[in-house]
Amino acid sequence: MTTTVERPTESQRRFKVIGTRPIRHDGLGKVTGADRYGADVQLPGMLHAKMLRSPHAHARIKKIDTSKAEALPGVKAVVTSRDLPIIDDKPIDLAETLGNPRVLAENALASSKVLYKGHAIAAVAATSPHIAEEAAELIEVEYEVLQPVLDVREAMKKDAPLIHEKLTTHEVQRRFTRGDDTGVISNVASHLQFKQGDVADGFSRADVVVEREFTTVPVHQGYIEPQASTAQWAPDGHLTIWTSSQGSFGIRDQTAAILGIPQSMVKVVPMEIGGGFGGKIGTYLDPVAALLSKKAGLPVKIVMTRKEVFEGTGPTSGSYMRCKIGARRDGTITAAEFYLAYGAGAFPGSPVGAGAMYGLAPYKIDNVLIDAYDVVLNNPKVAAYRAPGTPQAAFAVESTLDELAEKLGIEPMEFRLTNAVREGDRQVNGIPFGSVGCVEVEEAIKNHPHYRTPLNGANRGRGVAMGFWGNGGMQSSATINVNTDGTISLITGSVDIGGTRVAVAMQAAEVLGLAAEDVVPTVGDTNAVGWTGITGGSRTAFSTGIAAITAAEQIKRTMAERAALKWETQPEDIEFEDGVFVSKMNREDRLTFKEIAASMMATGGPITASASSNPRQVGVSFAATLVDVEVDRETGKVQILRATAFQDVGMAVHPSYVEGQMQGGTVQGIGWALNEEYFFTDDGTMANSSFLDYRMPTSLDLPAIDTEIIEVPNPGHPFGVRGVGEVSIVAPMAAVANAIHDAVGIRMTSLPMSPGEVLKALDEQQRAGK
Amino acid sequence: MAEKGSRAKALAGGTDVLVQLRAKRYLIDRLVDIKKIPEMNELTCTEQAGLVLGAAVPCCLIYENQDVSRLYPGLIDSAFLIGGIQIQGRASIGGNLCNAAPSADAIPTLIALEATCNIVGPKGKRTIAVEDFCTGPGQNVLKDGELLVSIHLPPPKRNSGAHYLRFIPRNEMDIAVAGVGASVVLSNGKIESARLALASVAPTPVFATKAAATLVGKEANEEAVLEAAEEAKKAAKPISDMRGTIEQRIHLVGVLTKRALNKAIARAKGAE
Ligand SMILES: Cc1cc2nc3c(=O)[nH]c(=O)nc-3n(C[C@H](O)[C@H](O)[C@H](O)COP(=O)(O)OP(=O)(O)OC[C@H]3O[C@@H](n4cnc5c(N)ncnc54)[C@H](O)[C@@H]3O)c2cc1C
Repeated sequence: MTTTVERPTESQRRFKVIGTRPIRHDGLGKVTGADRYGADVQLPGMLHAKMLRSPHAHARIKKIDTSKAEALPGVKAVVTSRDLPIIDDKPIDLAETLGNPRVLAENALASSKVLYKGHAIAAVAATSPHIAEEAAELIEVEYEVLQPVLDVREAMKKDAPLIHEKLTTHEVQRRFTRGDDTGVISNVASHLQFKQGDVADGFSRADVVVEREFTTVPVHQGYIEPQASTAQWAPDGHLTIWTSSQGSFGIRDQTAAILGIPQSMVKVVPMEIGGGFGGKIGTYLDPVAALLSKKAGLPVKIVMTRKEVFEGTGPTSGSYMRCKIGARRDGTITAAEFYLAYGAGAFPGSPVGAGAMYGLAPYKIDNVLIDAYDVVLNNPKVAAYRAPGTPQAAFAVESTLDELAEKLGIEPMEFRLTNAVREGDRQVNGIPFGSVGCVEVEEAIKNHPHYRTPLNGANRGRGVAMGFWGNGGMQSSATINVNTDGTISLITGSVDIGGTRVAVAMQAAEVLGLAAEDVVPTVGDTNAVGWTGITGGSRTAFSTGIAAITAAEQIKRTMAERAALKWETQPEDIEFEDGVFVSKMNREDRLTFKEIAASMMATGGPITASASSNPRQVGVSFAATLVDVEVDRETGKVQILRATAFQDVGMAVHPSYVEGQMQGGTVQGIGWALNEEYFFTDDGTMANSSFLDYRMPTSLDLPAIDTEIIEVPNPGHPFGVRGVGEVSIVAPMAAVANAIHDAVGIRMTSLPMSPGEVLKALDEQQRAGK
Repeated sequence: MAEKGSRAKALAGGTDVLVQLRAKRYLIDRLVDIKKIPEMNELTCTEQAGLVLGAAVPCCLIYENQDVSRLYPGLIDSAFLIGGIQIQGRASIGGNLCNAAPSADAIPTLIALEATCNIVGPKGKRTIAVEDFCTGPGQNVLKDGELLVSIHLPPPKRNSGAHYLRFIPRNEMDIAVAGVGASVVLSNGKIESARLALASVAPTPVFATKAAATLVGKEANEEAVLEAAEEAKKAAKPISDMRGTIEQRIHLVGVLTKRALNKAIARAKGAE
């Protein structure tokens, strides 16, 4: 799969384990199919549940009659929102968006209004999935159908139908808060502004100004495993949930809040996960399965179909953007103005804040004005998707910049380097960047054989774009137990996505002078390990890594104490080199890790350590995509000929999995660029809710994707690690758009750049006589 | 099958019928597996008699057959396009025809190759031309209890060539936005006869006779091909949906007709 040329990276010179490519601990289970995923759970007496979902995109629920469903033989329980303690007559407080349990509950089971087609209304548990399905269809719902609002610009109009009658616009100064209430009722949940310098003055000093409008539509994460959850609510009140999610503690906390029970009464057991990309952070099924289990007195499993995944779980936002950038003849950018309106779906909370913060991040611009709007629509509530909100913004910014470079007659990489951010330059919120690899990434592109090899042939073109992502920190916990055979067991709460078990295990191994294979990593349930944030936000190898390193350091200290006891010296007088404890007093006194482990019962008992992380210096990531395309002028089809992903990863712990992330993000970005889209009919139905017509790229649509790892260490991690999971999806859309322009001279400003759209643009070009 | 009438369906490869049953496209009481009926599995191919293709023969057996590959490369184009390897192990040309999808990738080829359908039913046997078989999306001429037994392709004429191609946004795994099947017979560099059929641009596959007629007697050159392509566009009566717009589909019919004819002519001249 990987096409990277082996070469000594920085990490391979400094470390023994970091930078090598051991086989992942969970590899066998993955390739043989022995691993158990969400839908594989089987329990004695288990019932199967199906949801009833709204056929309308926007409607008031007048009446729900479940009696016919309840009467069907084999049906054991039916639930609606009336069974959720949190849903009462009080209106939803939409002022609080992040993790608002009332909103999560309303999204899991609609109470008074359905807000998108596919919005869950009721659920049935029965002795077989078929009976459950049949019974769900027997539930009678009376609707008052309302006009759906499907487009951000429509939704922002004064006379647009209101999705939430009481939603007022908030003025926000920072991310993740809803700021001051303006009291104005509309579909605009919030307005966020960033301002630096004086844009009017900046533009007046520009020789060339380019302004363009851009639109994108919702796209789905497209993880291969549909959501699946099994719940067992025991008579003593203990609730156990086996689920496919990106974070067991998050699911536990959300479920407990929705059900109004203490967190200690809920245990979440993580199953292996078939992809999430941000889409498996919020809960959909877990509280519903729990309620059904409580009513039926039996375990209940719910598994979504692909159609349900498309219609009922979060895609990412569609958007409308306007980007204006000005520069002087010498290539210095003088000002930028950026307007973004993102669709949030049914409830406030689009990732427009990240788009606003990060779209312009690769450039040092003194005069900036950014206005961002979070707009509710009759689409599924959006969920996080790999670098949430940023790919849309980068599409606008990097396309505008490419055009600006063209108009200035400056080579696009030169133009970017002239304006590249460095340590100490201010972000749009005024906070200066720490150590960053923006310049290093751009230099790497210029020096890469892909960039230096001329591209020949008609209708072929090359495009490049930069991407930035802030990465997450958050808290993690890890426990290490030393085994007498000299190996260690490592328990973390991080669900393994993309090889995080091995990446975290390697960091513990590095500290203790062990081989990666000497670590037995386990993903613990919520009762087995300390609180741990999601596997998401590019944070796991970084933050859970720090927890594992800290625990390993404690193990090392305890072992030094044991050795000190034996040599009748002080632990401070003991060094640890190459897996061996050596007394500084007498260099002949040596004990290996394995020897101390073997004797631990006699020297003081089991050696264990638990630690947690709460990192402050999260290393941010710059990345870029370089892509060659060929356009079929007669059909509008774009073929990707060659693609290279560049990324500052801080320190590549396991290069294969770093490359895998870079390639995966690039593939998803190419899919978003070319063909992926929610295709809504006028009534708000997603017409293409299957993988047949929701066109993700297949292996036949892609070349092997080259990766270029750049390592600018993150001072906030002992080994220099930065998050690597997300930023690779940011640049591809703009890179493809710029390549299409290079190939055939058209500027594509809407996603996806599907054959029909490219054909239209080519037609217009011909009519304009260019 | 006759007993259950419209509540019964035949099962060949099942790659349409099982998917549609799951999607609740229709409700039936009986599904009859026809794969074990010997006549449905016939595959005889000779230069003299042509090809008898049992209705249930899967695509993989068709393109693995050397005689079929040599004599009917146009049919192979279709057999190779339908699904991926796994689907081709099951999917039949007969099923593709009986399913009568406007987008079916085998039907334009069968029309271009002058194929006929051998049908059997409670009232005996009958034979009809493929272009007369489909009556609407998912609808065909078969009456309750009738089955398609086999498809017959006449022996290929001397200096003839055929090609089918479709347009899809990806490189595989898609439903044709438009498709064109073409066959030509050449004589002394001139086009003696030609047949054209279009996919995905009307409720049924379209037999574009007028467009084909423009070719007859002309030199097999660019000009003739472009004229036929323009005429073929007029035969297209598509709709706009999530897979493509009316304008895009009509435009594509022109492009694909040109490309299909060029390749069919090249094959008639002896290329691959
Ligand atoms: C993943 C996938 C990809 C696909 N890709 C393509 C593609 O690229 N192009 C394309 O055209 N199609 C495609 N299809 C559709 C399908 O595979 C084809 O139409 C195939 O040729 C159907 O053949 P079958 O033998 O599986 O038919 P079946 O599903 O068995 O039958 C199809 C229909 O014909 C009826 N029928 C079958 N045999 C007879 C008979 N002898 N007499 C009377 N009625 C009969 C059945 O009752 C049913 O209504 C795809 C399907 C899938 C699942």
